[in-house]
Amino acid sequence: MEPILNVKNLTMNFGGLKALDNVNIAVEKGQIAALIGPNGAGKTTFFNCITGIYEPSEGHVEITPPGKPTQRLNGLKTNIVAEKGLARTFQNIRLFEGMTVLENVMIGRHCRLKSGIISAMLRPSAQKDEEQKAVSDSYRILEKIGLDKYVNEMAVNLPYGAQRRLEIARALATDPFLLLLDEPAAGMNPQETKELDELIIWLRDNEDLSILLIEHDMKLVMSLSDNIHVVDYGRKIAEGTPREVKSNSDVIKAYLGDDSEDA
Amino acid sequence: MRLFNIILGVAVTGILGFFGIKEVLADPAYFFALLLGGLTRGSIYALIALGYTMVYGIIELINFAHGEIYMIGAMTALIVSTVLGLWGWNSAVIVILAFVFAIFYSCAYGFTVEKIAYKPLRTAPRLSALISAIGMSLFLQNYVMLAQTPGFLPFESLIPDFEFWEPFADIITSVEMTIIATTVIVMILLGILIKFTRIGKAMRATAQDQIMASLVGINVNRVISTTFVVGSATAAIGGVLIACHVGQINFYIGFLAGLKAFIAAVLGGIGSIPGAVLGSLVLGISESLFTGYFWSEYEDVFAFVILVIILIFRPSGILGRNETSKV
Repeated sequence: MEPILNVKNLTMNFGGLKALDNVNIAVEKGQIAALIGPNGAGKTTFFNCITGIYEPSEGHVEITPPGKPTQRLNGLKTNIVAEKGLARTFQNIRLFEGMTVLENVMIGRHCRLKSGIISAMLRPSAQKDEEQKAVSDSYRILEKIGLDKYVNEMAVNLPYGAQRRLEIARALATDPFLLLLDEPAAGMNPQETKELDELIIWLRDNEDLSILLIEHDMKLVMSLSDNIHVVDYGRKIAEGTPREVKSNSDVIKAYLGDDSEDA
Repeated sequence: MRLFNIILGVAVTGILGFFGIKEVLADPAYFFALLLGGLTRGSIYALIALGYTMVYGIIELINFAHGEIYMIGAMTALIVSTVLGLWGWNSAVIVILAFVFAIFYSCAYGFTVEKIAYKPLRTAPRLSALISAIGMSLFLQNYVMLAQTPGFLPFESLIPDFEFWEPFADIITSVEMTIIATTVIVMILLGILIKFTRIGKAMRATAQDQIMASLVGINVNRVISTTFVVGSATAAIGGVLIACHVGQINFYIGFLAGLKAFIAAVLGGIGSIPGAVLGSLVLGISESLFTGYFWSEYEDVFAFVILVIILIFRPSGILGRNETSKV
């Protein structure tokens, strides 16, 4: 079967700087894959290339949504990529702070709704039904994530861990088949990290989702991931199961430095 | 600095207040008339200022061509009402059609201006877009001047003297009443649009974080277009109403009205919709009181003095928040 995300020979140049150099990464359906690497290795750039924030200089980004043919994502606009079923969160929280928790999730629902301004004027009842459905869908998502008690709170007033979960809830509202999480555990305490671990596994098992995450918390990465991709200086240096990656000499070198150079 | 501000504020208010109360008590009816005049004027400013503040809220651009959109609204209404008047149509139909055409034309212009002059500069430095806006403003002024006439055109009021309004006509004319009432209705509709509809939510999301909005599937370009269209529609309504009030228009009316509305938006806190309305009413009323009690020739000077004072002491405006930089 085709991988649901297939990135081939991805290269991203910023002027003379090669932030990504010939990276190949494939994510299989139902997998939790992790992308790790030292700071500045190009992990977030990779996410930005996939989601349409950057247009890759070279290479192919292809997706195969479940039950649909393979499509190319290169050069598509961000909102189109979201409509195709890729959702992401950010390493620094980017909620719509001036809105309530429910509104934040409903905004995510936006791209799945049909009626526009014209139909709202001509057929207010259809618009109303759709809006009602958006509210109930959003509420259900919040229940799943365990945020339903905060429904009418302003997003900015939520505790940190809850804000992180709300980002995931908003991403889920766009009905994705692949969830891209950029450092979801950053700044979380051990209890919150444990809950996040459970949430991510629950999402994969119950929501028919595949997940690609960037993370620095190695304990979390090792316990969660089916497959780990390691990048360093924009190049992919290793791939494999947690056990394989842990014992890979290139990976150890990238993280701990190379002894032979100093000797 | 803060203490100085407070002392200055108290002193100015005290002096003005002392003389103010004396004057008001001497002739309360005059004061009341000025107040209502100011309210009318402020309502018009508010209708225009909304466009400035909404556009600024979303793409952080001062759309200097916005005053011209308002002028085009007034011009369209004049053309439509003149033609239909010649054909001898019913005046109620004329009013409605004049408004419909004015709104439609202004929206079309607002939409096109954004597509031609601002969209290609979306990622350019902000100064480029600003210069483009000023260019667009000059272009539209001159285009209307050449297409119509440089002179003033008489504008016959579309709004009749309502009979039911007769008892109050001494205090406030039907036209003024209509202006205030229309503004209130437009504000309420706009509030509903922003607060409760899907496009309103998309607008707020885009204003807060464009990239994030597009990542959750919002078509940012469409949201920006809609903002321009909505802003143009309110400006067109303002244009037709003021033309009814003043009774004459020319290609140049958009320039000063646009600047005044801009001052009002800054006064209220640019980017804030309630701020734009509040700023407009404050500016309208204070202008009216100033011209009534001091020197009417210095009306415009007064408005710009207010602008300078705000920029010095409270650059974020009455309701504006202090700018927090985006990461």
